[in-house]
Amino acid sequence: MLKAAIAGVGRRTIHGIWRIGFATRFFLLVLLYSGTAFRRIGLTIREIYFTGVLSLIIILVSGLFVGMVLGLQGYETLQTYGSEEALGVLVALSLVRELGPVVAALLFASRAGSAITAEIGLMKATEQLSAMEMMAVNPIARVVAPRFWAGVISMPLLAALFSAMGILGGYLVGVVLIGVDEGSFWSQMQSAVEFEQDILNGVIKSVVFGIAITAIALFEGYDAPPTAEGVSGATTRTVVTSSLAVLALDFVLTAFMFRGIS
Amino acid sequence: MTSYKSWATDSALNSLPVNGSQHGLGKITLLAEACRVLFLTNENLVEIEQVEFGYGSRPVLKGINLTARKGQVIAIMGNSGCGKTTLLRLIGGQIKPSRGVVRVAGESVGDLDQAGLYRLRRKMGMLFQFGALFTDISVFDNVAYQLREHTDLPEDAIRDLVMMKLHAVGLRGAAHMMPAELSGGMARRVALARAIALEPMLVMYDEPFAGLDPISLGVTGNLIRRLTDTLGLTSLVVTHDIQESLKIVDYVYFVSEGMVEAEGTAADILASDLPYVHQFVHGEADGPVPFHYPAPAYADDLRLGARHA
Repeated sequence: MLKAAIAGVGRRTIHGIWRIGFATRFFLLVLLYSGTAFRRIGLTIREIYFTGVLSLIIILVSGLFVGMVLGLQGYETLQTYGSEEALGVLVALSLVRELGPVVAALLFASRAGSAITAEIGLMKATEQLSAMEMMAVNPIARVVAPRFWAGVISMPLLAALFSAMGILGGYLVGVVLIGVDEGSFWSQMQSAVEFEQDILNGVIKSVVFGIAITAIALFEGYDAPPTAEGVSGATTRTVVTSSLAVLALDFVLTAFMFRGIS
Repeated sequence: MTSYKSWATDSALNSLPVNGSQHGLGKITLLAEACRVLFLTNENLVEIEQVEFGYGSRPVLKGINLTARKGQVIAIMGNSGCGKTTLLRLIGGQIKPSRGVVRVAGESVGDLDQAGLYRLRRKMGMLFQFGALFTDISVFDNVAYQLREHTDLPEDAIRDLVMMKLHAVGLRGAAHMMPAELSGGMARRVALARAIALEPMLVMYDEPFAGLDPISLGVTGNLIRRLTDTLGLTSLVVTHDIQESLKIVDYVYFVSEGMVEAEGTAADILASDLPYVHQFVHGEADGPVPFHYPAPAYADDLRLGARHA
């Protein structure tokens, strides 16, 4: 009994190490064969449409509602201290520094990440990737690399749009609905938000999240067992792993980026 | 890179009637026939020598020998799990043998680097069991795929070539359709058109007859034979379908437990009195391949002894 349990732990450890090694090798191969994604830019643009443009609805609508909630909650808190004019600052900094990159990344992982894994997994299960290899076409260069760069390019753009819609939502609730002074809302936001400290750091975060989510989604799809159950499990793992990776990376990046503020 | 002009000339020759004296084309027909005979030399295109391979600790091929001569249709038969598809994957270089040599057109496949392997694969075509068509692009684009990837042909030329290939498999009218709109037989034929798009020297078929209705079965069998003859290909067909495949093949290998159990022409196979071949050809439920998967004694499983005790 004990021997079997120890053997089970050992087996899982070896499998885990093997998977990390395979994932690292896979990621390096994606970088190595990325030339195709840029030489034949049409392939990458097509994938930007599928991963980025088709994610717009969920990103924009979510951004608007998150901004509206921030407006309500922020006003409620700020009016206690008589500083409701700072609502624009609160909404903008919350979105640009944290909520924009993080929530957009979580939505991106659920919508685009799962779709990438399911698509690659099904291509494997239906032997389309093998067919490509037998036609002397490298599937990593032709299928994986364009999707990877499409994800990396799309993610910061989606995060920026999320933040912009959030600020619009905060404006609608704070200024239009509640009646916070419009001039204070925009001018305080303009003076408090710094390009390098806030916006650039937010963009860096979303690029890192884009790399993590797309790499995880592609690897899970490529490594999925070629069965219905295998593809379904891989899709679930993509959402869970990339969501946790986004939250963990956010903590690490925030600790480095904003350590001077105290 | 494939030359459009040479392809078009070959196709024009191949599409001529055998008795083509009308319109003064008799000489061209004779030339085409001479070219076809040239392909049918005794030269081996595929040579497999003492090949061993296993998945993990499970051996699949145990020192198998096999050759495929140019211009022939070769069938590889055997029960499920005997290593037939593994053989195709070894020939295509998707896996490497643990021992022995797989040679295609004189090149040892296992020793090639990726560039060499891709160069060799451009001369091969593979028909997967269920077609493996790219589901996000149309029939036309599926057939055009290799032409666009590996040649610099203008789009007009690609269009003509794709239409010729689709015409050869009888599906020119389905060019605009998506793979999801095709029946199983049609998908198999589109995949065949895609496999021969670059005029390969070798086409491998993995279970081309599986799950087809009798009409599609006959059509697919005839296509394999006709394309092999007219394009001067060599065809390796992995199949279970005795009746259909024996109509079209030149030579048959029977594989059992990782070794060639029997080989010969279709007539040799039909006349064979080897127990394994006899069981396979006549579809007998029991024989060298047992009906029952190995199990404990039936009485023990029913606990008959325990009840009496």
